[in-house]
Amino acid sequence: MHVIPITPYHYLVLAAALFTIGVIGVMVRRNIIILFMSIELMLNAVNLNLVAFSRLYGHVVGQVFALFIVAVAAAEAAVGLGILLAFYRNKETLNVDEVNLLRG
Amino acid sequence: MTALVWLLPAFPAAGAALNGVFGIRWFSRTVTAAVACLSMLASLALAIVAAVNVARVPLARTVVLGDWIPAIPAVTSNGHLPFHVAWTLLMDPLAAVMTLVVTGIGLLIHVYATAYMREESRGSYARFFCYMNLFCAFMLLLVLGGNFLVLFVGWEGVGLCSYLLIGFWYQKTSAVDAGRKAFIVNRIGDWGFVLGIMAAFLAFGTLDLQGVAAAAGHWPIERAQFGGLSIICLLLFVGAAAKSAQIPLYVWLPDAMEGPTPVSALIHAATMVTAGVYIVARNVVLFSHAPLVLAIIAIVGALTALMAASIAVVQTDIKRVLAYSTISQLGLMFLAAGVGAVSAAVFHLVTHAFFKALLFLGSGVVIHAMAGEQDMRRMGGLKRYLPLTFVTMVIGALAIAGAPPLAGFFSKDEILLQAFGRNRALWALGSLASLLTAFYMFRLIALTFYGPYKGDAAREPHDARGAMAVPLMFLAIGTIVVGFIGIPRTLGGANAIEHFLAPSFTETRPASVAIIAGQPDPPGTAERVAEARAELARDRAAHRAAFPVTEVTQERAWALMLLSALIAATGLAGAWRFYVTHPDVPRRAAERSSALHALLVNDYYVDDLYHATIVRGTFAAAREFWRMDLRVIDAFVNAWGIGTRVLAWISHVVDKLGVDGVVNATGWTAGEGSFLVRRGQTGLVQNYALLILVGVCAFLTLYMLAPGLELMRDLFAARP
Repeated sequence: MHVIPITPYHYLVLAAALFTIGVIGVMVRRNIIILFMSIELMLNAVNLNLVAFSRLYGHVVGQVFALFIVAVAAAEAAVGLGILLAFYRNKETLNVDEVNLLRG
Repeated sequence: MTALVWLLPAFPAAGAALNGVFGIRWFSRTVTAAVACLSMLASLALAIVAAVNVARVPLARTVVLGDWIPAIPAVTSNGHLPFHVAWTLLMDPLAAVMTLVVTGIGLLIHVYATAYMREESRGSYARFFCYMNLFCAFMLLLVLGGNFLVLFVGWEGVGLCSYLLIGFWYQKTSAVDAGRKAFIVNRIGDWGFVLGIMAAFLAFGTLDLQGVAAAAGHWPIERAQFGGLSIICLLLFVGAAAKSAQIPLYVWLPDAMEGPTPVSALIHAATMVTAGVYIVARNVVLFSHAPLVLAIIAIVGALTALMAASIAVVQTDIKRVLAYSTISQLGLMFLAAGVGAVSAAVFHLVTHAFFKALLFLGSGVVIHAMAGEQDMRRMGGLKRYLPLTFVTMVIGALAIAGAPPLAGFFSKDEILLQAFGRNRALWALGSLASLLTAFYMFRLIALTFYGPYKGDAAREPHDARGAMAVPLMFLAIGTIVVGFIGIPRTLGGANAIEHFLAPSFTETRPASVAIIAGQPDPPGTAERVAEARAELARDRAAHRAAFPVTEVTQERAWALMLLSALIAATGLAGAWRFYVTHPDVPRRAAERSSALHALLVNDYYVDDLYHATIVRGTFAAAREFWRMDLRVIDAFVNAWGIGTRVLAWISHVVDKLGVDGVVNATGWTAGEGSFLVRRGQTGLVQNYALLILVGVCAFLTLYMLAPGLELMRDLFAARP
């Protein structure tokens, strides 16, 4: 069977697809939890890119960055979920359109 | 020795401080009395030593205790002279005589008061002696003061003590009113006195008594015109007239009898009221340069003597009789000073101090014996109960009436003789006053001691004993003998007091010795003494020239003397006839000339006149001022307040509309002006994310197109 070797392009295309799905999720969805999940998607798409290029160039810094991002994303998720809980207690909803206090 | 003169007022001042600070709270009556009397005794001993010293060496000693007011630049008629006042005491023959009188009579009256005031509570007993000692301290400062300002301190101090002691029984409204009256009338006098002091400084550039005398000696005598010296003298006499109760300022002295009797004896008979006479005597050089003022003084004195004596004839209160008698005798002293017989005035001052103090103390015994009764109509027959008081008071009455050879005879005769030499009318007024004096004094004796006893029959009046009796006896002896210091030449005497006092009254004074307290006497004092003695002999001649009294011939002097003895006898006999043998005569006389009687009983309506004009006028003026305050000043203040409120309201409106308006307009402009940009701020997080996305896309697009754009730019740039 003809084996197609996995090239950096594959990784980039997969990452671009994941990122686009994340962006679209953030844009169109109203549920704030889905927004968080979409942001996670975008972060991990970037991680994928960093690891791919790290492998391509044989340089370890990309992997280090990916690990940093995973750590920061975990912290972000914790803080974000806290805000989310407080929001839910105030508004009894998770609809992001209800959050418009900064309207001019 | 002379440097210790300051101790004279210091002893009674210390006594007053002790009794005032500790005595009222802690001292028993015995301790209080001991403190008061011992301080006076110490002062008397010092005064005797000082007087002996002065008699031995007739120099004026100036003791400078220290600086008071440092030199202040001032312009006077003598050019630029600094206003400089030191605490100066002056010890000369006049001061020696006055200190002897004040300390001697003062001590006797203090001793008398220890018994007289025994009924008081312990606190007021100490308060009384505190005031009495304080009075003596100020009186000594007054007679020892070497310049007008030190003298003035004493002058005001005795006024204060007089006020405090007249109102001593402050629960009695009449006593409080009398004290206030005395104080206010004396303020009028002080007004003149202070102006006189200021004028004296402006004229002479110094306030030193000797300096003023020396400077005034160089001024021409103002015989015809009323010049600067006359104004100074008249102003000083206003002060003297108030202090010594002369017309028109005598009204306070009869009311001052509200005070305890020892106070009346010490302050309102023997010492303080003679301060006016002392002022004239002390400044005799100044006054002798203003003959017009001297004439005024003589006339005022003669009129006062006669008027007060006539009022005393009808008084029924025993102390008021003596008060009017004091006014009358002070009038005689001013009469003497006015005709230039200053040493006769001081002589009478001394003798009067003795017999008037004696009469007052005697009346105090009578008042005690009658349990506080002062009305003579309810007395009588006391001769049997009060033999000692009767004898001593008769001696006093004989002396004041001018019966030879008691003290009053010599001094009064000297005054009348000198007045006779100057002006017959003044002599006649004085003699008439003497007649009335003899009459009212024996009226007092007759009403009090003769006739039936009208007091409480159950209660036997008791005579003076112990501390009250001894001063009476001493004063009676003094009244008998003190006249012998001034036996006139007519009777072969030496008129010792006139010789003793002459250095104080001469035009150019013997060089005085300045003694600074705490330092040894300056070298050469002994040589100066001999020099001064020679100078004094020359000055005696100058003194006679300064007072050109028409020499009364020997025969006339004898005749006048006999006449005054006759006058005294007439007055005595009249009183005897009216009040002992024919007691209904006075009543019928009063009925016959009821208008005159009413005039005299009401003190010539002078008090009513003053009340109607000055007192009512003052009240009316005060009411007008109050109205003025209410209507003009309050109105102005209120208008000012209203104006302020109107201005504040305007300010408020400007703030609200103007300032706040600008601020609000700025905010409103910013708010309303931003209506377009505000639309972009939806507050929705997804909108912002969308915008970020659009921006990223735009950026990426430009990034990718950049090489193409660069090419196009190069194309355009290369075109020209």
